[in-house]
Amino acid sequence: MSTEVKEALKPVAPRSSELDAPLKSKRMLVNLGPSHPATHGTARAVVELEGENIASCKLDIGFLHRGFEKSCENVTWTQCFPYTDRLNYVSSIMNNVGFALAVEKLCKLEVPERAQYLRTITSEIHRICDHLTLVAALGLELGAMTVFLYAVEGRDLLWDRLTELCGARLTSNYARIGGVSRDAPDGWAEKTTATLDRVVSLRDEIDGLLTRNRIFVDRVRGVGTVSRADALDLGFTGPCLRASGEPYDVRKAAPYLVYDRLDFDIPVGSNGDTLDRYLMRIEEMKQSDRIIRQCFRDMAPGELVVRDFRYVLPPKPEVYGTIEGVMAHFKLIMEGIQVPAGEVYGYTEAANGELGFYLVSDGSGRPYKLGLRAPGWPMLAALPIILKGALLSDLIPVFDSINMIGGEVEQ
Amino acid sequence: MSTELDAIPGIIPTRRDDAMGALEKMVSKGLGWARKYSLFQYPFVTACCGMEYMTLAAARYDLDRFGAALPRFSPRQADLLMVVGTVNCKQAPVLRRVWESIAEPKWVVAFGVCASSGGFYDNYATVQGIDRIIPVDVYVPGCPPRPEQVLDGIIMLQAKIQGQHHQLTQGKPLPVLGQAPRPR
Amino acid sequence: MSKVVIDALVERFKDPVKGDGVTGAFQGPGGDDVAFVERDRLLEVCQFLRDDPGMQFNMAPYITAVDYLGQEPRFEVVYNLLSTTRNWRVRLRVKVPEQDAVMPSVCAIWRGANWFERYCFDMYGITFTGHPDHRRLYMYDEFEGHPLRKDYPLRGRQPLVTELEVPEEQFRGPGPARRSE
Repeated sequence: MSTEVKEALKPVAPRSSELDAPLKSKRMLVNLGPSHPATHGTARAVVELEGENIASCKLDIGFLHRGFEKSCENVTWTQCFPYTDRLNYVSSIMNNVGFALAVEKLCKLEVPERAQYLRTITSEIHRICDHLTLVAALGLELGAMTVFLYAVEGRDLLWDRLTELCGARLTSNYARIGGVSRDAPDGWAEKTTATLDRVVSLRDEIDGLLTRNRIFVDRVRGVGTVSRADALDLGFTGPCLRASGEPYDVRKAAPYLVYDRLDFDIPVGSNGDTLDRYLMRIEEMKQSDRIIRQCFRDMAPGELVVRDFRYVLPPKPEVYGTIEGVMAHFKLIMEGIQVPAGEVYGYTEAANGELGFYLVSDGSGRPYKLGLRAPGWPMLAALPIILKGALLSDLIPVFDSINMIGGEVEQ
Repeated sequence: MSTELDAIPGIIPTRRDDAMGALEKMVSKGLGWARKYSLFQYPFVTACCGMEYMTLAAARYDLDRFGAALPRFSPRQADLLMVVGTVNCKQAPVLRRVWESIAEPKWVVAFGVCASSGGFYDNYATVQGIDRIIPVDVYVPGCPPRPEQVLDGIIMLQAKIQGQHHQLTQGKPLPVLGQAPRPR
Repeated sequence: MSKVVIDALVERFKDPVKGDGVTGAFQGPGGDDVAFVERDRLLEVCQFLRDDPGMQFNMAPYITAVDYLGQEPRFEVVYNLLSTTRNWRVRLRVKVPEQDAVMPSVCAIWRGANWFERYCFDMYGITFTGHPDHRRLYMYDEFEGHPLRKDYPLRGRQPLVTELEVPEEQFRGPGPARRSE
């Protein structure tokens, strides 16, 4: 080989400026959804990536908008209950109870004690189901399939108890305006306590599998941190707000049902990251368990509904036996409950945060407006703000931990 | 082949045709058996029925027993499109596109009453049943259906697949994407 | 519960010249405190409620709109506010006429109001000046009209994909029985 060729072929060390210069890259647009592997309902996230970091994230929702508000404006007040079931479908009794409480606030009804206890018990059972579903989804998407199987088993066992009580596993349609629809069968309290013991053992197993698991903690600690001031400004409520350090819980701040008589704690987090939001759910499951056992201890036999024919269907012997019973039954079914005109905002603490119903009534048997304040809404709306600068693989744990349920956010 | 001859009336089937017919039947039965017991589902999950779908895939009502365990989250790799939950007018083009992306042979299960007929959401936003957009093989009603109902639907679908006519090669040009769905 | 808030608001925004900023305060059922606010004083009222150390309304959990078809002004935007430090709640109602359905946006005061205002625009057609991301929330861009208005039909579907139509369909769901009604 000639000397010129040998010179040309000698390896040249790169100049140091070339080594340190950043790689020229273009931003990439990645589309997540709306047909999601994660069973969260449907949301479309258009994510602009700078390498592996999320530069911006735009959310496109409305793929599950089912016209809840407009449907409810065309049916009677009692016929709204199945629609409210399907809002937060993992904890549907809490939606029923929230709506019933809002209407009773407007009608100024006093619900009997046994009904209040039953409502509290079923609400807390569904709160446990909601948190189990979140933990299942979080585990599944981070690769822990065992956690998914255990949590779904626990949820199934609780649904079996609720089937004995309400008739349906998922969309229970249990509460009515003025009380609840049916009584607990014999021995239900003992069976449910045994089921709760089994759920506690499953929950402890899940806790043992995830909470001190190096892989899990590395993926969720410090990810998706929301400061206390930010959480309040963005409108967070519920476990996500308490994980950021603000101890606001509607059950303590404005007690409803029988929560003022019960002894339970409100767990509050410190960092506001995904690990805290997950730990909140585990702790809240423990508190719900406490609440249910106290309710079983304190619940006494009694009436299930208010004995007022203007709001509640009369018992069948009276419907078939007396004229007033027939007339009341007819009017309630055909025209609906005559709720006095006015507006009210009834709020309860659902599993995910503050569930609010803004009702406007014009005095007829149908709602004039039924506005829903979905607990998962502010958290989903804040997702682009939380995820700025995060890694793409952080999107999934953060999206899981805010527990966006498509049915309630998209009504 | 014998199929073209079948179209002409008055042709007497020969023993060679009988043999070909029996072979085709055996291939069809074999392929039907293979396809029905290895369904790769694309769970198009939208709403509440998704919770029952999760239960179905979990340990108690195990869908794996029927060979339909593995969800494939790419339509190119799936053959069973399970539409789980309400499909609304904004989601309809997405569903249509996913269905068109799935390669033949494909089957569609309408899981839940919202997918079968719109459910009780008869309003401005909801498609009144996905069979207005794509052809459906099995409808599983219920709001949400119990997992046992869905398993019954899957078994019904498997019986249907066994009874369909399967061939190793079609012998005719493949359909172009975007055309109207062929009637089943 | 928080009557002191309503009284303070009425007192502070009293203006005999331009008209009272906050009018018609009352206590609704269940102890809710409600006040009507004039549209042009809304931003001042909200700023006062958030920043004043005696008020500290740090969260706006729910903002929505109502269509009172037949009344003038037709729409009403409702702001439910919460103070977590003092555990007070208050409701502000702002009347919006149909011809001039424009409201100032409170996104600068509470960032969480962003999507609520988009919802009011999508469902009722009320525009918000100063909103950072003013577009529809639920419905697709090709949708015409605003669904939750009382004059929009319940079954006014605008499909994006050509659907198989069923002629002479009898509806079994809620609402009018026949398509023609």
